[in-house]
Amino acid sequence: MKSLAELEEIRNRMRNQVNLRKEDESSATRIVVGMATCGIAAGARPVLNALVEEVGKRGLADVAVTQTGCIGMCRLEPIVEVMVPGQEKVTYVKMTAEKAQRVVAEHIVNGNVVTEYTIGAVEQ
Amino acid sequence: MEFARAHVLVCGGTGCTSSGSQKIIHEFENQLAANGLEKEVKVIKTGCFGLCALGPVVVVYPEGAFYSMVKVEDVEEIVTEHLLKGRIVKRLLYEETVEDNTIKSLNEVDFYKKQRRIALRNCGVINPENIEEYIAIDGYQALGKVLTSMTPEQVIDEIKESGLRGRGGAGFSTGMKWMFTARADGSNGKYVCCNADEGDPGAFMDRSILEGDPHAVIEAMAIAAYAVGADQGYIYIRAEYPIAVKRLQIAIDQAKEYGLLGEHIFGTDFSFNLEIRLGAGAFVCGEETALMTSIEGHRGEPRPRPPFPANKGLWQKPTLLNNVETYANITQIINNGAEWFQSIGTEKSKGTKVFALGGKIKNTGLVEIPMGTTLREIVEEIGGGIPNGKKFKAAQTGGPSGGCIPASLIDTKIDYDSLIEIGSMMGSGGLIVMDEDTCMVDIAKFFLEFTVDESCGKCTPCRVGTKRMLEILERITKGKGTVEDLDRLEVLAQSIKSAALCGLGQTAPNPVLSTLRYFRDEYMAHVVDKRCPAGVCKDLLSFRIDEGKCKGCGICAKNCPVGAISGQVKQPYHINPDVCVKCGVCMSKCPFKAIANK
Repeated sequence: MKSLAELEEIRNRMRNQVNLRKEDESSATRIVVGMATCGIAAGARPVLNALVEEVGKRGLADVAVTQTGCIGMCRLEPIVEVMVPGQEKVTYVKMTAEKAQRVVAEHIVNGNVVTEYTIGAVEQ
Repeated sequence: MEFARAHVLVCGGTGCTSSGSQKIIHEFENQLAANGLEKEVKVIKTGCFGLCALGPVVVVYPEGAFYSMVKVEDVEEIVTEHLLKGRIVKRLLYEETVEDNTIKSLNEVDFYKKQRRIALRNCGVINPENIEEYIAIDGYQALGKVLTSMTPEQVIDEIKESGLRGRGGAGFSTGMKWMFTARADGSNGKYVCCNADEGDPGAFMDRSILEGDPHAVIEAMAIAAYAVGADQGYIYIRAEYPIAVKRLQIAIDQAKEYGLLGEHIFGTDFSFNLEIRLGAGAFVCGEETALMTSIEGHRGEPRPRPPFPANKGLWQKPTLLNNVETYANITQIINNGAEWFQSIGTEKSKGTKVFALGGKIKNTGLVEIPMGTTLREIVEEIGGGIPNGKKFKAAQTGGPSGGCIPASLIDTKIDYDSLIEIGSMMGSGGLIVMDEDTCMVDIAKFFLEFTVDESCGKCTPCRVGTKRMLEILERITKGKGTVEDLDRLEVLAQSIKSAALCGLGQTAPNPVLSTLRYFRDEYMAHVVDKRCPAGVCKDLLSFRIDEGKCKGCGICAKNCPVGAISGQVKQPYHINPDVCVKCGVCMSKCPFKAIANK
């Protein structure tokens, strides 16, 4: 170790991986993928993988990707919900891996909801 | 390391390892691979979570689901239900975390609620075999700060200011110790050492820290070396701690690889090297002078003090020696400041203390509490109380050097001074809970047997004196003691205390003295009535069947291993005292509680 900067670099690189283990999740953004039989059958797994990969690639801290069971709208699966603390929950439906990458880039990173994928837009 | 959406933390401490956590890790790896999840979910072996009674412990993040007593067969369900489909397996959750069908955070559970984890902060959180995880949670920041922006004097002042006292037992001011060592003439070299020779029966906090967070100790030793002006360190650890030794060695090797040990750390002139020295397990080697004699390669025997190690320690050079838990607090004091540390604890005892909770208590395990927490809070709230509806009788702190705290003093605040006041001591942190079935004379005898066994034999008071005390206690438990024996015990105890060479001998009589002080009536019952009220001392027991309660079922006679019980079905049975070996089987088998032993 030659300098503090070097230590800082390792810390930043590793931080978002250890952050997952914090008990206090109130500050974390949660991306939840519906992974019941309906979701999996509709292709939720590639969506989940794309989300995990994208979050990892961008080194996003305080973002947790988790799964949940059936939300009840099986015909709209794969469903992805994004919960940013202090904001209303956004529900994306009929997701694909490509759409998932865009959600991470536009919604999670830049804070712009991808309206065309949301349940409101698709249902109209 | 790849980003993973879920982390499965499996406890790899000694407790959970012995209940099979290694196999569980393998099974997780197999099941994850079988379900194609090996890239999304990471399995991490951590240090101790503290709740050893419920091991093996598995925690799954980000949900923070706390699975207890996990069996290999359960792993498949956790993988296919929780990790694949996102449904937490409630059946396997630690029951305290489930309330009204909702899942509470671990911090709200009784066992953790009153705890404050400073020394144990990373145990059960990081992978101790991966230095980068330690760095991720601010590891080595304190060392960086100290080396680049503080003078050695400032470091010592900060530690002095914090009020940190040695966690090995005696409670001497850590800052003062550093100052004395820093002031000593180090022209021929100086050393820093870590005492990891944890020997008290039932104590395992130092082991758990080294198993769960070895870098915290390494970093603190480097800080200490900078503060006192040393460039070489030794960690003296007993060979019976194979997991701790292995992880410590991995940690030292990684620290060297990353340049956090070795020459010119952080590009400064400061260099520090660290080596492990294995102890063969003698209790006396936990005494500082004996420990250093042992590191030098001689037989581990103490020598008189002064000179203190701060002036003449290892190889006659100034040496700083601190305990594992003491070191584990250092980086937090540097990072958060002395004032923060001072705000925790009582007036004269700052910070927290880790206790190894054992004996007759529900939540056996490792707890870290702020100083000033009462014994009642530890036993009843954190520990979950005494199992089987029994009554709390006493708690033993300080191991063979400490004493027993009776139920009447259960509201005592735990800190260095109040424990000394009531005739016990903090010690390294063993806390053994006893219920009404424990005989206090027998407990005193147990600890004395230990010290007699572990006495190194160098000084007469300890070598001969403790042996004589043990003989008296053996006499008492055999029903051959007299009232004068109690006075003899006290006189002997006082002379050993004042004349023994080292801490081992000086404190050896404490268990006897404190039980004599608080449980004299129990000693009296042994010597006057020839009776053991707790029903433990075999020679004083006689098993009898209460004819009024006996229904004549004959279960006792069937189970008696020596055929001492006879009788007719539906008539009261009888025990022949000449044949009876007092094993107690009949008493435990009798469905009508008709057999008594007192």
